[in-house]
Amino acid sequence: MVDFSLWDILRNLLMALRWTVVLSLIAFIGGGLVGALLLFLRLRGGSAMGRAVGLYVQLFQGTPLLMQLFLAYFGIALFGIDVSAWTAASVALTLYTSAFLTEIWRGCVASIPKGQWEASGSLALSFSEQMRHVILPQAVKIAIAPTVGFLVQVIKGTALASVIGFVELTKAGSMISNATFKPFVVFSCVALLYFVLCFPVSLYAKNLERKSHGRRA
Amino acid sequence: MEFDFGAVLVDWRLLAKGIAWTVGLTAIATVIGMAVGVACAWARASGPAWLRWVVGSYVELIRNTPFIVQLFFIFFGLPAAGVKLTPETASIIAMVMNLGAYATEIIRAGIEATPKGQIEAAVSLALNKVQVFTRVVLPPALKKVWPAMVSQIIIVMLGSAVCGQISTEELSYAANLIQSRNFRAFEAFIVATLLYLALAVALRRLLNWAGPRFFFGR
Repeated sequence: MVDFSLWDILRNLLMALRWTVVLSLIAFIGGGLVGALLLFLRLRGGSAMGRAVGLYVQLFQGTPLLMQLFLAYFGIALFGIDVSAWTAASVALTLYTSAFLTEIWRGCVASIPKGQWEASGSLALSFSEQMRHVILPQAVKIAIAPTVGFLVQVIKGTALASVIGFVELTKAGSMISNATFKPFVVFSCVALLYFVLCFPVSLYAKNLERKSHGRRA
Repeated sequence: MEFDFGAVLVDWRLLAKGIAWTVGLTAIATVIGMAVGVACAWARASGPAWLRWVVGSYVELIRNTPFIVQLFFIFFGLPAAGVKLTPETASIIAMVMNLGAYATEIIRAGIEATPKGQIEAAVSLALNKVQVFTRVVLPPALKKVWPAMVSQIIIVMLGSAVCGQISTEELSYAANLIQSRNFRAFEAFIVATLLYLALAVALRRLLNWAGPRFFFGR
């Protein structure tokens, strides 16, 4: 039997860590785009559209991410499309992220005082002009801290992709643990790597939050 | 493409057992996790410096690693260090640790929002430290953060779906078992997902109802 040193374990985990990072970026960017589109629909589309987006958000926030991953994995296959773990994980995590981001951002837009809408409307600005020049510049500032904070949830969420066979950090950890019979060491390293990835993001989000509170106070 | 939900619903006994486990795990995790959260929040707010550091590390460690990794560490990792656990025990420990960390942060935020004058007033009435905390500081703090607490408990309930991966027989495990028997994967997971959604809605109602009655009064 080949003996695995701690360095072998860590090196293999680091190789898998990049897929966690890539998947997180796909989910975050894809989720951001879909989330922005949903936010636009919610603001612009009237009350029926607002309810539909609200339902979408509730659906994703009220069900386990694991089930969403399974449904994407087996659901896309129903259309006769051959799904890889890549596709299923990307789709599920993008939709999941979009639901949370659209809700976070809606709250940010809603926190802009109504007078700003009325004042800009009375200046005969169109909806897109209002958004571009008045609402978004203010809302984006408020949104940055919670958005960065949510990135941590996305990174942690990618760990569940391991269950449908996507080889990222957690899956690599399970595989290495099975090969080396050192689950204690391996899963300690896996947890440590997630911590190294997430903790700076958490700190940054907390910092941003403190700053923005300071500005408003 | 045609659906056959009957093939899934015929195994309703399995689903019911799964729901029972999910509800049971969540109930235990909620009660103990909240207790851990209250204790740690107290330690972080007014404990000695070393204890504050320990609790702070615990909270940050849990909040910055995925639940599934915590679960695997407890179930697969700890036996190598001599601690053998059943899947159910491992699930409960993982859920309690997880909820405890988030509850600590949430409750601490509530405690920090308590005006200093209230504590001074309580002390001047000759209440001791424990009485001040349990009667004056904690109830309004819980009341203030209850919505956040409810959301977090629901997140933990939904997160428990992962416990099926170490063969705890909760709802997602039941769905997996059913689909492995009848190959109706999509239907089985749709049914399980809808059941989770119903559980989440019911749990939110229950907690919003129970909070004011049992934890902080109106």
